[in-house]
Amino acid sequence: MPTSTDSEVVAALAAQVREAGRRHNALKIRGGGSKSFLGRRTAGRTLDVSALTGVVDYQPTELVITARGGASLRDVEGLLAANGQMLACEPPDFGKGGTVGGMVASGLAGPRRPFAAAVRDCVLGVTLLDGRGRTLRFGGTVFKNVAGFDAFRLMAGAMGTLGVLLDISLRVAPRPRTERSLAFEEPWADSQARLGELMRRPLPLSGAFHDGKVLRLRLSGTERAVEHGAAEIGGDAGDLSVWTELRHHRLPIFAAQRLWRLSIPRTAELADLPGAQLIDWAGAQRWLASNVPTSEIREAARAAGGHATLFQGAVDGEEVYDRPPEALFQLHRRVKAALDPAGVFNRGRLWEDL
Amino acid sequence: MLSEFDQRLDYPVRDYDREALIARLKPLLPHDGLLSAPEAMRVYECDGLAAYRSLPGLVALPRTTEQVRNVLVACRDARVPVVARGAGTGLSGGALPFPGCVLLSMSRFDKILSLDPAARIARVQPGVRNLAVSEAAAPHGLFYAPDPSSQAACSIGGNVAENAGGVHCLKYGLTVNNLAALEIVTLDGEVMTLGGEAFDAPGFDLLALLTGSEGLMAVVTEATLRLTPVPLHARALLAAFGEARRAGEAVAAIIAAGIIPAGLEMMDQLALVAAERFCNAGYPTNAAAILLCELDGEEEDVIGELDRVAAICRQAGAIEVRQARDEAERKRFWAGRKAAFPAMGRLAPDYYCIDGTIPRARLGEVLDEIARLSAERRLPVANVFHAGDGNLHPLILYDARRKGQLDRAEALGGEILELCVAAGGTITGEHGVGREKINQMCVQFSQAELEAFAALKAAFDPTGLLNPGKAVPTLARCAEFGAMHVHGGHLPFAHLDRL
Repeated sequence: MPTSTDSEVVAALAAQVREAGRRHNALKIRGGGSKSFLGRRTAGRTLDVSALTGVVDYQPTELVITARGGASLRDVEGLLAANGQMLACEPPDFGKGGTVGGMVASGLAGPRRPFAAAVRDCVLGVTLLDGRGRTLRFGGTVFKNVAGFDAFRLMAGAMGTLGVLLDISLRVAPRPRTERSLAFEEPWADSQARLGELMRRPLPLSGAFHDGKVLRLRLSGTERAVEHGAAEIGGDAGDLSVWTELRHHRLPIFAAQRLWRLSIPRTAELADLPGAQLIDWAGAQRWLASNVPTSEIREAARAAGGHATLFQGAVDGEEVYDRPPEALFQLHRRVKAALDPAGVFNRGRLWEDL
Repeated sequence: MLSEFDQRLDYPVRDYDREALIARLKPLLPHDGLLSAPEAMRVYECDGLAAYRSLPGLVALPRTTEQVRNVLVACRDARVPVVARGAGTGLSGGALPFPGCVLLSMSRFDKILSLDPAARIARVQPGVRNLAVSEAAAPHGLFYAPDPSSQAACSIGGNVAENAGGVHCLKYGLTVNNLAALEIVTLDGEVMTLGGEAFDAPGFDLLALLTGSEGLMAVVTEATLRLTPVPLHARALLAAFGEARRAGEAVAAIIAAGIIPAGLEMMDQLALVAAERFCNAGYPTNAAAILLCELDGEEEDVIGELDRVAAICRQAGAIEVRQARDEAERKRFWAGRKAAFPAMGRLAPDYYCIDGTIPRARLGEVLDEIARLSAERRLPVANVFHAGDGNLHPLILYDARRKGQLDRAEALGGEILELCVAAGGTITGEHGVGREKINQMCVQFSQAELEAFAALKAAFDPTGLLNPGKAVPTLARCAEFGAMHVHGGHLPFAHLDRL
């Protein structure tokens, strides 16, 4: 297995982890700091992983890139773009400090998620520094690999609570040869019916969001496929730049002081909640700027079969993520303890008692 | 022989009061839900890897989640190992009974509970056959994408346990990429739902961890699957090459051109000639290797893109490129590929199917090395390759009746797997580790990594009673197998460049 991570940097990190473990101290993993607003506020000393930079290996014809956890996400995406490739999960970029490790740890995917891949679908393998300071390689660089438990997929969205991502192998996809944006000015109820029908057909859709007034659809693929799809769907021609704004959270709603992310089944009905709403993922991801009490929002998301995350604006100590039922929560604790028995990493970032 | 479990190296075989367990289980299960007579249990003694056989202590056939829960709790209390089984089509001995175990057959969980075409979701019980899901979805223009070659028989629960792939997985993904939720029962009798119909769940992605865990963590009692719209049109071409290496180069060039085929398969000469004799697929028998490439999508788009693939193959030195003229010919192309395994039966009484994955770029040298090992062990090897995703299936031909041939086939298989690891790949792409590749796990993973796997298992199953002796070897086994030191320094295949 390729583990080309600089051994001195890793040794220094491992020493800090072991020391923290001995003293029962917590460590806060930090790459570029672009996502420090996510999750609960945590205590502990900073474990700076920004020295873990660079691409370890990239072979475009293998559809895989291996980069260190602290590698710049922008640089990696630039390298992929120069080779006609991309990350199919379309992760948001919150500033130039954003790292590949942060992308995996946060598990945030862009508008393409329902049509292409989640962050975890793009992870083929990781080298992890666990809570005992050991270097573990899970997964690999090949897409089809069922040897050992898929602990690498577990890292996506774990918010750094299971270990330090030293390097990560990501599956990459060819960039579509062309894209097109279509618009329908209509209320969400009409869009929902339209999407219900479109989503059942083999169309080259790669995005579907409603900003309160307009449904926008994105098509991606070869010229012929996009041309044919656009003719089937109809609507007005739209501007593609709005998709970049959406992907990187630059549309007006993302400036809200208190912003909720509701993840619900695509076709579920969500109770009316006061506040501005942007509906992405063809209905499955709702961004809600609202000061409605937390319990009301969580209840509405659960009633729709999903969950709500206080994406930004949590005050100190406030819970950010919905809490699973008790048995499942206890399982989370045991899984964390399997890789981080002393509870060194990002203590309290997901939930206060994890 | 690996079909024999070893107390010391795998898991302790404990005596238990079988009559007491029967008395406890009987009232918990349907009247025909508990088998204890050896003749009735005989069909459960092996899975698709029929060379490994072992009789279970009892066979339980529950119908409800509550019954599964009751069986698991009873087994935990009695400290009896439990091996869950789907349709028994697995190729790595994952459902091979542990001595004295309770074999938990999920075959009676055979209902499709709901199918919502608007949400593109099917809720199914784990004993439902893979193909039955696509058949139920077909009237709605949808299908369930993972399509392992056993799809007519294999069950969804088994697919989850193995993270099954299939011919189309390069484009449409593996089981894990097409799952929404699982209902599981742990050995402690906890019933939990992992994931959900929303695209994510709060906390750890335990759905992804459980997928491919080979029955070591929990028993699946319900699966929620994501369905995909059936593509409008599919077309295939066949390209023949004078050298296998050139076919490998064509594969790399197709990917480099930004094309993701729905299927991309390669067969070497021994395999393609056998398939041709078996079912007259129309393969050119003078070729050293053939490539089958299928594209799907909108019709004109597919036609245009397939022309590009044809040009790429010619550029890579194909001696012949043939596009299927119609649906019948396309199906014939694939019939040959699907017949490759049964066709081996005409070349030798037995064959042993290996399942490594390698980086595509290493194909040429790996094939050369397999040929060398094949000559050394004096057993022919035919190669079938899921070229798009690097999953290689060398088929070792042997005759179990001839003394020593099975042992030689097993040894050659192990060498080929170690070769795949040395080339930067893995010992199993889709069949799972099961019992079969338990020793090679010691080659692919370090002691610390194996300890981490054991700890993750223990998070779900602290007793270790679920499917012991499979998938994750004990450190004692690796020490005995003598592979731990290999990981540390003395690598096999030292003459191969490493990544």
